[in-house]
Amino acid sequence: MGNYFQPEIECASREEIRAIQNERLVKQVKHVYDNVPMYRERMDEMGIKPEDIKSVDDLHKLPFTTKDDLRDQYPYGLLAKPLEECVRIQSTSGTTGRRVVAFYTQHDIDLWDECCARAIVAVGGTKEDVVHVSYGYGLFTGGSGLNGGSHKVGSLTLPMSSGNTDRQIQFMTDLGSTILCCTPSYAAYLAESINERGLRDQIHLKAGIFGAEAWTEEMRHDIEDKLGIKAYDIYGLTEISGPGVSFECEAQTGMHVNEDHFIPEVINPVTGEVLPDGEKGELVFTSISKEAFPLLRYRTRDICILSHEKCPCGRTHVKMTKPLGRSDDMLIVKGVNVFPSQIETVLLNKGYAANYQIIVTRVNNSDNLEVQVEMTPEMFSDNVSDITAKEKELVAALKAMLGIYADVKLVAPKTITRSEGKAVRVIDKRNLYQN
Amino acid sequence: MGVKQISIFVENKVGNLAAVAKIISEAGVSLASISLADTKDFGVLRLIVDDAYNAANALRDNDYIFAITPVIAVETDDAPGSLYKILTLFEENNINLEYLYDVSSGKKSNNAVLVFKVDNIDKVEELLKSNGVKLLNQEDI
Ligand SMILES: [Zn+2]
Repeated sequence: MGNYFQPEIECASREEIRAIQNERLVKQVKHVYDNVPMYRERMDEMGIKPEDIKSVDDLHKLPFTTKDDLRDQYPYGLLAKPLEECVRIQSTSGTTGRRVVAFYTQHDIDLWDECCARAIVAVGGTKEDVVHVSYGYGLFTGGSGLNGGSHKVGSLTLPMSSGNTDRQIQFMTDLGSTILCCTPSYAAYLAESINERGLRDQIHLKAGIFGAEAWTEEMRHDIEDKLGIKAYDIYGLTEISGPGVSFECEAQTGMHVNEDHFIPEVINPVTGEVLPDGEKGELVFTSISKEAFPLLRYRTRDICILSHEKCPCGRTHVKMTKPLGRSDDMLIVKGVNVFPSQIETVLLNKGYAANYQIIVTRVNNSDNLEVQVEMTPEMFSDNVSDITAKEKELVAALKAMLGIYADVKLVAPKTITRSEGKAVRVIDKRNLYQN
Repeated sequence: MGVKQISIFVENKVGNLAAVAKIISEAGVSLASISLADTKDFGVLRLIVDDAYNAANALRDNDYIFAITPVIAVETDDAPGSLYKILTLFEENNINLEYLYDVSSGKKSNNAVLVFKVDNIDKVEELLKSNGVKLLNQEDI
């Protein structure tokens, strides 16, 4: 049996959880109908009144919310509380460069922090611990989420943010960090660096909470071995709150969804039909306790499976698998959202043909982004150093656009694979999504 | 004047050089020299042929990216000595040398051939001639 931050909720009976959900959903639907024109219009169009939603059984009657809706309603369209009651925004990049902005009241921040506190306690965190947060701080939810959770637990919180590996390792050894929170690829990189410097016996880490990007079991074992810790997964998204929508327990067999705040459903992404437990489909969340930015049936585009099987940890909340895939073409490379259209823009700006291919690989647990570009007569020179200079310019422009390094490879014309006349733009060889 | 060099973009893949050689020979063009300047991922293949026009057409038909550049070819029976002499001349006369290579085979003699890419071909040719360096024409190679 494990440790719990809020045992009365985390280990409540299914009937108790259902009762909480019923009560909160009914209240939330009314709140949203009264305050968000988009939802009111949609429900009116569908002929649904807030009174028609009496329990979770009626959830399927509600309209979906998509990423496009968030874009269309930017920035205030989905706000359900007066701005003066909001205390924070967080943001994430959208598909066309338009960002998603989420609003939080103090109540929303508190419940988000509590969700992260549950995750920290689940991996063995107590007030005795030193929680080393190497997620990015700022608009990205990773840093502030785990930071808030760690405060709730009462642990000493190190707001390291990402980057500056030397300083990360120095604080880790000097201040005795015990729980590391960051992206799995950064954890793998830190593990590598610590071992290279022969400092493995000077760190005191016991556990890690790693999320915001997909990772494999192989990578988990690798990080665990190299750092001598237990590595746990955490899931979340800005639209719903941030990390801590679900988190892994000691069983390490899926993530418990904080069902008292977020109701998960799995749907057929094509028909929208709700699928039973154990079936693979698109994960959908309804926020039932958030005030400022409560989304109904938000389609995450993550492909998952839900399981209500009893967990040895004692928690009763439903478990979800890691995302097994995505229903759109966005790539997450090194924890950063990468869209093929961004790469295309840079190529065209730099005078290249938009004939390119993105190849993502993972070598030694680190993502590698390669952009293959077809050579053009304009680009060519009889002098190799002229070509490599242009290549470097392109690498710099891609870095400025994407925020991460991409390896450029110049290839001969007409060599990029075409499938039925249509060029294949993305080849993801990471094999992140295990079935 | 100078000699016409064909530079071709090639990926660093096994068989790519052979493929170019095949296209050139099928066009009835004979290859005088071949040299490769490469990086990790790609190379620039530099050819000197007897018929640059036909070679260019054949390459274009096969979707190659290439450029035709005038270069200076020099024949010598003492490559290190000649090279030293020429580089000294370039230095003394502020000639910017972009690159040079050695094709080590002459069609009409057994001497070595050195190829230079410079900015001002005519001026450099005059300079070399007046210093007794033997320059080659396209058909000499
Ligand atoms: Zn569990």
